[in-house]
Amino acid sequence: MTRALAKPRSRPNQPSTLWLLGPAMLVLIVWTQIPFLLTIYHSFRRFDLLNPERQGYVGIGNFVSLLTDTIFWTSIGNTLVLVGAVLVVTIVLGLFLALLFYQDFPGRALARTLVISPFFVMPVVSALIWKNMLMHPVYGLFAWIAQSLGQKPVDWLATYPMQSIVAMVSWQWTPFALLLILTGLQSLSKEQLEAAKMDGASPWQEFRYIIVPHLAQTLSVVVMLETIFLLTIFAEIYASTSGGPGLATTTLPYLIYLKAFAEYRIGVAAAGAVFAVILANIVAVFVLRLIGRNLQTAKGGMA
Amino acid sequence: MSEGKRVRWELTLLAYLAAGVMFFPIFWMFLTGFKSEGDAIAIPPKLLFTPTLESIREALTRSDYARHFLNSIISALGSTALALLLAIPAAYSMAFYPTKRTNGTLLWMISTKMMPPVGVIIPVYLIFRDLRWLDNIWALTLMYAVMNLPVVVWTLYAYFREIPHEIMEAARVDGAGTSQELMRVLLPVSGPAVASAALLSIILAWNEAFWSLNLTSAQASPLSVYVASFKTAEGLFWAKMSAASMIAIFPVMVMGWLAQRQLVRGLTFGAIK
Repeated sequence: MTRALAKPRSRPNQPSTLWLLGPAMLVLIVWTQIPFLLTIYHSFRRFDLLNPERQGYVGIGNFVSLLTDTIFWTSIGNTLVLVGAVLVVTIVLGLFLALLFYQDFPGRALARTLVISPFFVMPVVSALIWKNMLMHPVYGLFAWIAQSLGQKPVDWLATYPMQSIVAMVSWQWTPFALLLILTGLQSLSKEQLEAAKMDGASPWQEFRYIIVPHLAQTLSVVVMLETIFLLTIFAEIYASTSGGPGLATTTLPYLIYLKAFAEYRIGVAAAGAVFAVILANIVAVFVLRLIGRNLQTAKGGMA
Repeated sequence: MSEGKRVRWELTLLAYLAAGVMFFPIFWMFLTGFKSEGDAIAIPPKLLFTPTLESIREALTRSDYARHFLNSIISALGSTALALLLAIPAAYSMAFYPTKRTNGTLLWMISTKMMPPVGVIIPVYLIFRDLRWLDNIWALTLMYAVMNLPVVVWTLYAYFREIPHEIMEAARVDGAGTSQELMRVLLPVSGPAVASAALLSIILAWNEAFWSLNLTSAQASPLSVYVASFKTAEGLFWAKMSAASMIAIFPVMVMGWLAQRQLVRGLTFGAIK
């Protein structure tokens, strides 16, 4: 129960929390809530940076022009494919690697450090490594491997653009899934596994009936947080395909960027941004509920 | 060798193999950073070559590289300092003097982190333009501080909550005021907490690219923007690109290695411990 902490403690000299908490709150409100309200305001107005004098209220005009544009739907589709595919790949791989690194073996710390390194690589750099040094159709390592095997080299980013982006982003985010799942695994009691082994459980049964249920909470956190982060992927696309070829890798954030900073159509971009926020909010509600529940139990445990 | 031992041995091998595959692109970039431009694009790829420090030297001595590096340092360290300055009192008050609104406040703080940056980029850009803050490293620093503030508050809060209240109460009985309690009692015992929150914030700010690409250009751009400029480089300057990238990612990778555990806490807002 949270009763003990839900009530303010009456203690002598209780400091006023206003000047302790106030500045942080104020800064966050000024930099997140107000701009978002302005985004909504702009989404109902015509505002073209090239013709600044032509502006005014257009009602739902921007939303209509966005929703009737096939580019918008393509970008939504691309966003969902990217997020979905990366989620599947990172979780399957992350789970596999976490189980592998859960074992004790000599040099585990070093190997684990190497495995999680991609997560710390600046996204722009990882886009460049993949685009140039691995996937380049002439000089890339993959082209050379294909040739050595007697195959024709593939221009990955041109032929399989979305698959290539998924591979690149999955490489970066698998360590995140791995780290979280490994942390989740470490709270599993070894005795429970030993007991199951004693009772003659096969490794598969151990996995299916002990490990997976134990990881349910962790996996849901991984799915939701990754979704939040992946919905905003920008730098990787900017630095590798620039949304192309055609619109093959134009996701919603990239489309908003194009509308705002390539076409200077601020109103339409703002309308797109409102959709991006709605999309993120759908996931965020679940994340917050989960974290909130966790907060309560953690506090209850302490109180 | 028993069956179990053999399986174990195979699993170990598999783990090393996985580590090798995942790390390979980084290793390959490091290697290329030490090649000459000719060796960098040689077919078949050269594993054995005469290493040269030419590209690294060039990256380090080019004045614009130095400027971008400095911008990265200013924005990462400056934003972290500012975020700590705002977050320490906030986390302190929520951890030691919770009110009935504390849970709600904490959740509201992370909820701001769930808002996609594209949701606010347009007004932020316009405000920056009108204030003449575009391409200003201090304005970007401020942006990063706000961006990381919720994460820093949460990391600190999670640690502060575990510090026994008795320590604070003892100081209070001795007549310490709030600021003395904070400076003299809390901070000295929470060094590791502050360090890990700072590390997390530095890593996130250093690697950030959305705000920096949209709000800065030549003068104030950090390394992320500079490295991104290689995407349109004419010809193949892979050795230079690799050398520049290598120097750009190295400090943060080392920090990431050191902060693995805290990272999980910070990035999941304590939902996984």
